[in-house]
Amino acid sequence: MSLDQLYQQIILEHAKARHGSGLAAADAPKEASSGQSHQLNPTCGDEITVRVSVAGGKVSELRWDGDGCSISMASASVLTDLAEGMTVAELRTVIDSFREVLRSRGKVPADPEVLGDAAAFEGVSRYAARVKCAMLSWVAAEDALGQALTA
Amino acid sequence: MVATPAHLRRSAAALGNEEVLRIRNDFPILQQHVNGRPLVYLDSGATSQNPLSVLAAEQEFYEQRNSAVHRGAHHLAVEATEAFENARETVADFVGAEWDELIWTSNATEGLNLLTYSFLNASLPGAGPEAARFALAPGDELVVTEMEHHANLIPWQELAARTGAVVKFIPIDDAGALDLEAAAGIIGPRTRVLAFTHASNVLGTINPVAALVALARSAGALVVLDACQSAPHLPLDVKALDVDFAVFSGHKMLAPTGIGALYGRSELLNAMPPFLTGGSMITTVTMERAGFLPSPQRFEAGTQRISQAVALAAAVNYLSETGMDRIHAWEAELGQRLVRGLESIPGIRVLGPAAGQERIGLAAFDVAGVHAHDVGQFLDSRGIAVRVGHHCAQPLHRRLGLTATTRASTYLYNTTDDVDAFLNAAADVRAYFQA
Repeated sequence: MSLDQLYQQIILEHAKARHGSGLAAADAPKEASSGQSHQLNPTCGDEITVRVSVAGGKVSELRWDGDGCSISMASASVLTDLAEGMTVAELRTVIDSFREVLRSRGKVPADPEVLGDAAAFEGVSRYAARVKCAMLSWVAAEDALGQALTA
Repeated sequence: MVATPAHLRRSAAALGNEEVLRIRNDFPILQQHVNGRPLVYLDSGATSQNPLSVLAAEQEFYEQRNSAVHRGAHHLAVEATEAFENARETVADFVGAEWDELIWTSNATEGLNLLTYSFLNASLPGAGPEAARFALAPGDELVVTEMEHHANLIPWQELAARTGAVVKFIPIDDAGALDLEAAAGIIGPRTRVLAFTHASNVLGTINPVAALVALARSAGALVVLDACQSAPHLPLDVKALDVDFAVFSGHKMLAPTGIGALYGRSELLNAMPPFLTGGSMITTVTMERAGFLPSPQRFEAGTQRISQAVALAAAVNYLSETGMDRIHAWEAELGQRLVRGLESIPGIRVLGPAAGQERIGLAAFDVAGVHAHDVGQFLDSRGIAVRVGHHCAQPLHRRLGLTATTRASTYLYNTTDDVDAFLNAAADVRAYFQA
């Protein structure tokens, strides 16, 4: 597998754009219920904090701050674009689907209908050492979502 | 015994590419291709590769001599014991120690934990008068440095937390050198232990052992040397360095994983309480108590890593035959080539001493706008193996304002072509990631 299949152009672009980055710079929306989760990858020191805000059964905002490799940063950026506007159930479905693909060692193809731009991370599943990078923000979002719903 | 390869006759001439190419023939793993390119292995600072003579020594042991040591009257038991104790003598001699001053451990981490747990045992009630000199109490200070590997930091933190002692550290300057002026102020009457690395696994610096030992001696503190990055790469003489303890790992010096050693001055080892207890380390046992053997058996409870010890001795023989002074000089040259090359690439910041200043054969660096994980992945696509991350030195990285770096580290089997292939690839990293 070539390096370009891992680092697809859309990933390199999102790694720079970092949609949703800037959690510390803005308070959580007042009308929403919010949860926050910090996740760390101890092998490389990558870390991310994700805040998910829910209003009327929908994700009204996802914000994050993080420091890490292009895969982890792009993954958080793509997640932001996907999650905002989704219902809670839709976000959970997407997270489950993403996890299944990433942990499949290349056996489960990504469904662009479900995952949208996140389908570009399909290649990461063949690099065992990088799966955690891609999953970091998604694990944080899942945890933050749970907290938002019990807040 | 497995003979040392014929071409490894110790030569007075400097080690160079031509001889290194012959040395490489002894390392089957280096012959492979990775991602369509010849493997360029520059991760020996993490773990080194094994020459055929080391692999053969371990196999020969299992085929001809395998048995429990220090017990049994049968032929194989005698053969195994002899191989095991000969290995100890060989490795002890390699670092300038006496045979009874070298204790087998799994690795340097276990060696350091052996020390800290022994000191902890010495600090507990009922430890006895002999152990009193190792006992720690609130107010006592354990001094390390800001550049330590976690293995030479966390065991001391844990020991401090359990005894009320305090861990202090000698800071580094922006170039990565220890601040010796600060050290003179930190090491004092309360200092009980000074533990520091001989050569930094991140910065590549070789620390001024004599100056640090002098400070410790004037304070009456014990000196512990982490020799993980020095024992494999430069001539090491623990007596000449005048340290009380030293640790190193076999897998970083051509041996398999699972074997390392702790050196300790005999007089200290024989006064220290044991860490692990059980079979093989006792004199008389009753249902109530046990007496303990002197060092090294005192610290070698249970069946030992016999074949690994034999393999480590074979590794040490390989290094000695090549010549540690020659290996050191060659790697110093490769280290300078690494730094000079990296410094000439825009956007790359090398940690530690600048080109022209002393360093071992390793260089850790930061690439502006590209995370170390991505750098490592890119290099791997060119068949180049390096280490990425914090290299088990988070406080050091934090001090330098970084979370992760990329590290290339050499050994006696690396050529200048290896270094150049790495440098060429490193020069392409930022363009690939559009940084």
